[in-house]
Formats: sequence, C-alpha cells, structure tokens
Amino acid sequence: MTPEAPEESFENSHTLDPAATADSQDTINQEISDIHAAYRKGVEAGEAEETQPRIDFAPYRSSLLRHPTKDLHHTDPETIELWSPAFGQRDVHILESDLTIQHNGEPLGERIVVRGRVLDGDGRPVRNQLVEIWQANAAGRYIHKRDQHPAPIDPNFTGVGRAITGDDGSYQFTTIKPAPYPWKNHHNAWRPAHIHFSLFGTDFTQRMITQMYFPGDPLFSLDPIYQSITDQKARDRLVATYDHNVTSHEWATGYTWDIVLSGSNRTWMEDEDAH
Amino acid sequence: MTESTAKLVATPGQTIGPFYGYALPYEKDNQLVHRAHPGSIRLHGVVTDGNGDPIPDSMLEIWQADENGRIVQETGSLVRDDHTFTGWGRVAVDNVGHYTFTTVNPGATEDGKAPFISLVIFARGLLNRLFTRVYLPEDTEALANDPLLASLPEERRRTLVAEREPNGDLRFDIRLQGGDETVFLSFPGV
Repeated sequence: MTPEAPEESFENSHTLDPAATADSQDTINQEISDIHAAYRKGVEAGEAEETQPRIDFAPYRSSLLRHPTKDLHHTDPETIELWSPAFGQRDVHILESDLTIQHNGEPLGERIVVRGRVLDGDGRPVRNQLVEIWQANAAGRYIHKRDQHPAPIDPNFTGVGRAITGDDGSYQFTTIKPAPYPWKNHHNAWRPAHIHFSLFGTDFTQRMITQMYFPGDPLFSLDPIYQSITDQKARDRLVATYDHNVTSHEWATGYTWDIVLSGSNRTWMEDEDAH
Repeated sequence: MTESTAKLVATPGQTIGPFYGYALPYEKDNQLVHRAHPGSIRLHGVVTDGNGDPIPDSMLEIWQADENGRIVQETGSLVRDDHTFTGWGRVAVDNVGHYTFTTVNPGATEDGKAPFISLVIFARGLLNRLFTRVYLPEDTEALANDPLLASLPEERRRTLVAEREPNGDLRFDIRLQGGDETVFLSFPGV
C-alpha cells in the first residue's frame, strides 16, 4: 500500500467554488426535514420501516446524478453470489489493526479502541473475514491528495487499518479519534466524525461499506449523508457505544460497535427456513 | 446450533466517500491473474453518471469462478503471488472513469448455467453499494434460459451482457443513471 504523497500546500485551498456551495445549511435542513416527515407519515399509514439509506437523497448533492432511477431488480442469488472471497492471516498482518504504530512516533490525538462483532442477519458470527477501516486524523485531515482543507497532516498517522475477524466474529482496532471535517455539499457543511468500515460476509451479496459514528455528535442532524437513512432506529445502528469496559487504565478510551450484515442465503438457511 | 434464530436488522450502508484512494486499493488489486497467464483477458469499461459523464471516483470489485466453473476459497487476494487464483479483485477507476481487471473467463458453475461475474459498485455520491452481473456473451442458449435475464425486457437485459472485443477482451460499461442505466440487483434479505 503506497499512500499518495500528500501535498502540503494550503494556498487558497479554503476558497470554495461558490456555485457548489450556494445552498445554506437551513436549505439542506429543510429538505431533510421534509423527506423525513413524509417517511414518518408513510410508516404511520402502514408502510414498511426503512433500514438502509435512500440512494436517491437530494440533500446529498453528489447523489443527484449517481443513483439509479429504476427499481433494483429482485433476484435470487446464484452460485458465485452465495459465496464470498476468502481472506486470512496470509492477507493481513496482526499489527495492521493498530493504526497508532505505523510510523516512528506516536500520532497526536485521543487514543481509542474500537471493537465489536460482525454478525449475519441470523446472529451467526462472520468468522475469518476481512474488515478494513480508514479515517481522518485528529485534526480532521485525510492522507489523500484530494483532501486539501487547511488542517495539519500528522506524519505519524495514515489512518488505514485491517483485521481478520475471530471465530466469534470479533474485530478490534486501536486508533485515534477522528475529527469532523468540512466538505462542499453546501455552505459551511461539516461531516460528523466517523470511521469508514468495509465488510465482507459469507455471501458476496452481504458485501458492504459503511461509516461508524461517535455518540452525541452535534453534527448528526446537519449531515445529509447520515440523514439519508430516514429512520432514527436505523441511524442509531451506525453510532458506536462508549464502553468503559473497553477503556483501559491510563491508555485508551473504548467504544463498542457490532455490525449486522444482511441475511445469508447459503444452504445453512434451509434448516431455519421451515416457516 | 444453539445460536439465536431471531432475525437481526442489518446495519445501514453509507457512501464510500471521496477519500478511499489511499486506503482500499493495493498493489495488483485488479490482477486476478497475471497478464501472461494463458487465457487471461481484460475486463474493462467506463462508469458514467446520469449525464453520461464519466465518474472518476468509483471503486469496483468482482468475484467469479475460475475457467472451469469452480468457486475457489483461496486466501491471498491482498498479497497477489501471481500463482493463486482467488476469484476476487478490486479496482479504483481512473480519472476518466475507466476500469480494467485482468482475469479469466469464468466457466459455468453448473452444466447449462450462463457464466457470469458478480460485480459490486461503490462511489462517492452513491449512498449504498450496487450489485450487478457481467454475463459472458457466448452461450446464447444458456443466456436464453437464465432466470434473471429472462425476467428482463430486451433493452434492460442487454445492459448485463458484456461485449466480446475482437482481441478476446470483455467490455462492460456501467451506467448508474439514465435511459440505458445498468440493471442493479437486490437479493432476499438484503
């Protein structure tokens, strides 16, 4: 893995394209509020609760031209789709789950441990599977050439980690708590602090990428990506729990976050499918 | 099994965002086989948006059987030794939305089944991943009998069948939105 060389020039980097940032936060809030109100009305009228983000969600401006307009086509998974690629210790060194030891010095920021389990929709642990994470540093800066906002790069923090789940589906990362960062969806847009997670299940149809958030973030209600999930219970599933049992004495605070993949359609469903 | 059979609700997905480029791609990620491997082909195409413009920040993954239709469970995708076929690959599109995998034609996993490659699409601006299939164009009888393809009108069906180029490569463009948008799939329980 070779991180692209970060460019340290911040000259004019905060000068935003006015056309891209014309909308105010109030405008975005109103759009989100209208969509959510219509959703709640639908649920009260007996429509199904939503558990996943809308892919057609206009307050997230980048989604306008990037979402299919036709319904997803329902089909039964076949052959290859009922299996997932295999990963193991050959692919991932055990030290890759510690994002604080990848350089010569200690990264700046609040050291945290994030741990949890990867489960399928039937509660089975997803064993020996790949979990990948990436995140901004404690100043809200990504090691990516397209992230040019004027916050410092930390030479001791890349923000990339990998792990292989244990027999009980467990994973654990040691990292630094990321900070919020600004983006150009609208004027004065800030993302809540988050860690990106990439996950595999036992079936390729369970493949997913998501974001884990931290409890109590004041930016939640303002963020069109988080709010693209219209249901509060579903949104809550992306928020880790502060866990004092994971916190360690004079070392790191701890968070717990379990991830549930969609149901497996593999043969082991059959004995449970009698109903 | 003593584990609970109560259904758990799936965790929501979120967009891959703009900054995965330093995190997820890795050396030889798009080379399921070495270019010199007998029977190697290029699977390539362009990812476009609702205006027909290329999307420069999309990431694709493929998952497929080997040439004999065997589904492999070999580890080692992330370390690519040029000998182990793992069946899985990943690629970040380039600045003009173009992607390339070096792979082999998958065989039929069962006699009479139309061979296809499973493909998943992530992108900035795409709030959840999309699944589709890349069918090989040759076995027209198997294609005609394929349950998914048979359930689609012709103008939709053809978005799932790759084009075989004269040199043996496969061309498969992905249109996220528009009149000719690619058919994207949902599965039970997803």
